[in-house]
Amino acid sequence: MVSMHLRAATAVDSNLRFEYLPNGLKVVVREIHTAPLVSVWCWYRVGSGDELPGHTGVSHWVEHMNFKGTVNIPREQMKGIVERFGGMWNGYTWIDQTTYLETAGRAALDRMLFLEAERMAYGLYEPGDCESERTVIISELQGGENDPDQLLDTEVMATAFRAHPYQHPTIGWLEDLRAMTRDDLVSHYRRFYIPNNATLVVVGDVNADDVLRGAEAHFASIPEGVAPERIRVCEPPQLGERRVLIEREGTTGYVKVVFHAPAANDPDFFAMLVLDAILTGAKGVNLWSSFRVAPPQRRARLYTALVERGLASSVSGAIMPTAQPYVYTLSFTAIDGIPLEDVEAAALQEIERVREAGVEPADVDRARHQLRARLVFDNDSVTNVAHQLGYFETIAGPDYLPLLQQRIDAVTAEQVWDVARRRLGPCTRTVGWFKPVGAPRQGLDEMSANPART
Amino acid sequence: MSSTLAAGLSPVRQTLSNGAVIIVQETSGAPSVSINAAFLAGSIYEPDNLPGLAHLTARVIDRGTIRRSADAIAQELDSRGVSLRIATTRHTMTFSSTCLSEDFDELLDVVVDVARCATFPDAEVAKRRAEAVTAIRQDEDNPAVRAMETLSEMLYGPSHPYGRCAKGSVDSLERINRDAIWRFHTRYIRPAVLSLVIVGDVTATRAIELAASKLEGWAGAPERPVVVPPPSVIPGRQVREIPMAGKSQTDIAYGFATIGRLDPRYYGYWMMNNVLGQFGLGGRLADNIRERQGMAYYAFSSFDPTVGEGPLVVRAGVDPANVQRTIDAIDAEIRELGEHGPTPAEVDESRGYLVGSIPRMLETNYSIAGFLQTSEQFGLGLDYDRRLPGLIESVTIDDVRAAAAEALHPERAAIAIAGPESAGGATP
Repeated sequence: MVSMHLRAATAVDSNLRFEYLPNGLKVVVREIHTAPLVSVWCWYRVGSGDELPGHTGVSHWVEHMNFKGTVNIPREQMKGIVERFGGMWNGYTWIDQTTYLETAGRAALDRMLFLEAERMAYGLYEPGDCESERTVIISELQGGENDPDQLLDTEVMATAFRAHPYQHPTIGWLEDLRAMTRDDLVSHYRRFYIPNNATLVVVGDVNADDVLRGAEAHFASIPEGVAPERIRVCEPPQLGERRVLIEREGTTGYVKVVFHAPAANDPDFFAMLVLDAILTGAKGVNLWSSFRVAPPQRRARLYTALVERGLASSVSGAIMPTAQPYVYTLSFTAIDGIPLEDVEAAALQEIERVREAGVEPADVDRARHQLRARLVFDNDSVTNVAHQLGYFETIAGPDYLPLLQQRIDAVTAEQVWDVARRRLGPCTRTVGWFKPVGAPRQGLDEMSANPART
Repeated sequence: MSSTLAAGLSPVRQTLSNGAVIIVQETSGAPSVSINAAFLAGSIYEPDNLPGLAHLTARVIDRGTIRRSADAIAQELDSRGVSLRIATTRHTMTFSSTCLSEDFDELLDVVVDVARCATFPDAEVAKRRAEAVTAIRQDEDNPAVRAMETLSEMLYGPSHPYGRCAKGSVDSLERINRDAIWRFHTRYIRPAVLSLVIVGDVTATRAIELAASKLEGWAGAPERPVVVPPPSVIPGRQVREIPMAGKSQTDIAYGFATIGRLDPRYYGYWMMNNVLGQFGLGGRLADNIRERQGMAYYAFSSFDPTVGEGPLVVRAGVDPANVQRTIDAIDAEIRELGEHGPTPAEVDESRGYLVGSIPRMLETNYSIAGFLQTSEQFGLGLDYDRRLPGLIESVTIDDVRAAAAEALHPERAAIAIAGPESAGGATP
């Protein structure tokens, strides 16, 4: 054991080491010796759900700034710290969390911990860097706008929520990105990047005592901060269907149907996971794994009702574990030439069929088996194990993940029918269309009209 | 995760009497198995008048066999939580899937059955054709895809197998019927050009026995090997713009045709590309375009050598007003690296990165299967993962400098620009 003065914490999973440093940093370690790799993730309980109007996108912008050098890591040396070991490094921001990761050979462990400690406390936020990153992020936003499906998603989310900050995109609104200042960034950074608002997760070919010793060496001198209050906004009940129509240049029509969804800790969440697997096929049960592998969905209700009937070329569903009630999103790509009315009608008809008649026990069995397989596939690498641990620790607490499978297994057909009836009704949905207009067919013929210039 | 990676992979390889190659790597990190079955049946094997044939064949091949209806296949996959991905490249059609260990036998049976005994029902061809047409229409609305497809055509010529769109066109898909798919399947999905890689929680002996039994009684080889012709375009600066209304950002694809995967210069080129547009968050290109000028969220280069002369492509997504500034920056970085080569520090960093990244290439059963499949396709050997560090270590700064001097010339670049029409536009 490491000689540290650590507060005891509950560890449900006996394979985990789970400790607190005196400054409140939670450290989670899992030894996995099957590959000579270690993955380090530092999670912060802050995301776009913590942002007020006028400051949308600040969490994501701060994440970008934490790749730009610290007091003890000159900016130009930042990228080499992990990469010289062959490692990968990255980060992401979403509604409840911001996280940074490195995966590399075990020899890089000390440098990875050093990097994360520097990020937590000693970011430089040089004024010139803040300005150049402003335009980088606007470029990221505009790249997303090139995708009509993403454009529609942004509009639908802003319509589905009336009060809750989950309504704005994580990247922020363009005008806020243009207006925010370096002071806004630094203030956000200092408020949320404190050890008692973070979890350090280390998984891989390591000795847990070494990790805890390293965590203490690098992080213990960072002082505990004032625990940030998170915004508590309760979305008012939706009383009637809301609709969004985007008519814009394009080639393909898209339909989205969005319902308010339970938070991860709501008992309804597990029945919703099973319901989604029945409607669209099971995905990985966290943000990172949800889109890694295509879901098994050929027998899924909405796939057979739309894709097999030639109305849509793709169907997808998304329900994510989140700290507060978020949304359940169903997305459809219309087959070329099929009216969006037909796509929407078929989707709503199938949802109503489930609400009226419920689901078969065999449907539930298949969905539970799919979810069990996905939970195995989610753990296929040290990087993914570490992500899963940190994700659930950050948004739902330490007891959640060990009981997830059990809670899914306990879901009954009756419970699935119940959540379908209560949660997928017409009054609580938001429907969005992206209707392509005025788009010429841009095939090879048109391209030859713009010949090469030399 | 593999249990064996500290000492390197230890795959078992067996060639069956029908020519099929089976490669198995045992791992024990997770109770799952990944299957990767590749046939030499990519778009290069299509008749010239039917582009998109391989792609459409892949979309329909798992929708019914002599023994199983489309619904029965769907039931077998979905009940096990398994998705079957069938992807085509220029050279291969690959069936890949991951299942729980307990489902391995049944999944392998489905994979071999759909490859071997597909029936291509007319109704399924019609449905999947409509989906493929929709995918083409989506691509037509995607500036990144438009830029890349245009660049490929510029580098290789519209009739070259690397220059034409692998998904075909709306017109060509309309002309592909069940007979054409059936002929393509009969001719190219043959055991003699199958490489079946199995990685995971399964013993090699059992996996090989199972695979051999499922492939038994199936014989045949394609009539003739396909030779990749050289690019039909004489290298020279070309710029082509693809105006796209309603878009916010412009995608730039800037590139050259380079070398094949088995060219002895490969490792020098690989390291050169790492310096140019990979190391850190995008090499010298990102340092300039993203970090110093703040113009793009992504700016990087990719090097994709294959059987024939593969492309080296620089990509960036920028505000329409910054297109010319971005091309100027790419030109400057290409010229600088081409004329002066990398610094010793850059070569050291890249070498360390490439050697150190090998364990990450082998982090999952799925990625190990892909690595072994590539090794088999190019005849790199079962010990390639263990030889690779030495091959990278042996690259000298002169090798990298030579690769840069040979490949990087702005005056030979093809440049495709897709996005909203900008006030400034791009000049050649």
